[in-house]
Amino acid sequence: MLIVENILLALTGLRSNKMRTLLTMLGIIIGIASVISIMTVGNSLNTSIVTSMQEMGAKNLTVGVKQKSNSGESNANGMNFGAGFRRSISPEDYITDEMIDELKKSYGEQIQTISFSESAGDGTAQSGSAYANVTISGVNQGYVETNEQTILAGRNLLQIDQEKGKNVAVVSDKLVESIFGENYKEAVGNTVDVKIDNKYITYTIIGVYQYTSEDFDSSSDEDITTEIYIPYETAKKQNHSEEGYTQFTIVTTTDTDNETFMQEVKTFLNHYYSNNESCEISVTSMEEMLTTMTDMLSTISIAISIIAGISLLVGGIGVMNIMLVSITERTREIGTRKALGATNGSIRLQFIVESIVICVIGGMLGILLGIGIGSVASDMLGYSAAPSVAGILFSVGFSAFIGVFFGYYPANKAAKLNPIDALRYE
Amino acid sequence: MEENVMIDLSGIVKRFYIGKPNELEILHGIDLKVRAGEFVSIVGASGSGKTTLMNIIGILDRPTEGNYLLDGVDICKAKDSELSRIRNKKIGFVFQTYNLISRTSALKNVELPMLYAKVERKERISRAKELLKLVGMEERMSHNPDELSGGQKQRVAIARSVANNPSIILADEPTGALDSKTGRKIMDLFHKLNEEQGKTIVLITHSEELAAQTDRIITIKDGYITGEKNGKEGEEYADR
Repeated sequence: MLIVENILLALTGLRSNKMRTLLTMLGIIIGIASVISIMTVGNSLNTSIVTSMQEMGAKNLTVGVKQKSNSGESNANGMNFGAGFRRSISPEDYITDEMIDELKKSYGEQIQTISFSESAGDGTAQSGSAYANVTISGVNQGYVETNEQTILAGRNLLQIDQEKGKNVAVVSDKLVESIFGENYKEAVGNTVDVKIDNKYITYTIIGVYQYTSEDFDSSSDEDITTEIYIPYETAKKQNHSEEGYTQFTIVTTTDTDNETFMQEVKTFLNHYYSNNESCEISVTSMEEMLTTMTDMLSTISIAISIIAGISLLVGGIGVMNIMLVSITERTREIGTRKALGATNGSIRLQFIVESIVICVIGGMLGILLGIGIGSVASDMLGYSAAPSVAGILFSVGFSAFIGVFFGYYPANKAAKLNPIDALRYE
Repeated sequence: MEENVMIDLSGIVKRFYIGKPNELEILHGIDLKVRAGEFVSIVGASGSGKTTLMNIIGILDRPTEGNYLLDGVDICKAKDSELSRIRNKKIGFVFQTYNLISRTSALKNVELPMLYAKVERKERISRAKELLKLVGMEERMSHNPDELSGGQKQRVAIARSVANNPSIILADEPTGALDSKTGRKIMDLFHKLNEEQGKTIVLITHSEELAAQTDRIITIKDGYITGEKNGKEGEEYADR
């Protein structure tokens, strides 16, 4: 009962001094708003990374050949995409077709498909003065099936293209726009010259896929680099590479436990490398990387939030300061209340409630502002805004805590005033 | 012991700045008994110690020495929280400067002592309205103090002082800031409370004229009670 009365009393008091109340709240508003907006942006970033990584296939295991490290145990979370090792790994170390066939035979139930891609270099697709930056990837049919692209015109690569090693390519709409113009259908059947290492290779365009930007790709639209997909065999021919692979991806079936399966694949394939002194097989999963990445992100956003929390501390000190001023101003009122029978406890409660009311109202305004800023910021960065519910609840709780913490000292001071001195105060 | 003694002060000494070079003794052993239902005035010049005495009677302050029984309760032995409760239930204060809470309505002001006494909201409001009617302020219940005249403020303050139906009303120069006509009306209210409701009233004043309206006049000078006379008859019955 007394609490409700005190809240109403605090509200009337604060209303009668709007400007001061607002300025006092400002510290809390800014503090809470910055924490919430950072958490919102962090959360949005996290969500969009998780989504895009899942699109890339969180259920994928990447198997690669890598050099044995001298220190023995390798870092399982390391991103061994092999680029740095390729030169030092010789063709006799490559993963062979037999190994893959054996693997498929042994683990048919867990493996949905195996996809591999081979980089055939970076270059520019040219036609007259128009050009577009491209990366050429030779991909197998498993890759085509698992990385579903939206085909805007023509068709995707087929098994027959793979077998014949034809010079055909599926290109992005961006490339078509730069070189052939808006009409994708016209591009199909045309040829495109790609300049790689001062050599020109001509591909026949059989299909156009819709380019989807990856969220962490920051290059501008003009010099965007898109992929050209060519059959795996074609890429191999082009690279003059021997039989074998340095890396491939296993897409597992939905009910496979990737963590144990990873170990099994690693053990299985390493049998072939037991006599190999320099190389071994490493298996990494997207899932694992995803966890590492989201963990890292949330740690960062918590760390920044804590820094933003310092402004909350400053805001809290502002509240305390105003409470002290307000108590001095109302010394007579305190004296009167004591004469009328208010105990020290009820005076203390009155001022703590007032301080909490300031902080909680400030906190709520801060949350609204923070969600606003966070949404705009996420929007500008191109993610969908995802306000953190935990962050909001925490902020409300924390602002109430600030109210109690910074309200206690002034309230206690008020409670301990001597009624006679307080009544006599001019 | 006389029967029905409401206020019983014996040998009250009050010193300030105890143990410091500027130690000051304001009251030098006051003995005073006020019977229930009596209307007493304490008269003295400024600096005579009458406000200090009033603070002790109103248990806003504790005496340095001496005994104080208020309605049979030994005040000197009570804890602070108990003193708050006694002030709340047994004593009503009326101040020269009204001391209304400025940001809230007259009604809320009258409700305040009942709020501290944990009286329920409905009852609180109806009693506050009743009291404001008693002092003739029923039409200005929702006004804030700064919208009221001095006399009106003092009426609200009187209504507030009797909110918890206390046995004692302590009035410190209640008409000091009012013109004589308004002052008379305020005094009429005190008489009404004394006669109709049997409240014990202690009036602190420097005005001989106001004191003459009370049952008994106690004169205080330099921290001593120097005279006591029967007010209404104006007859001197004790001298010290």
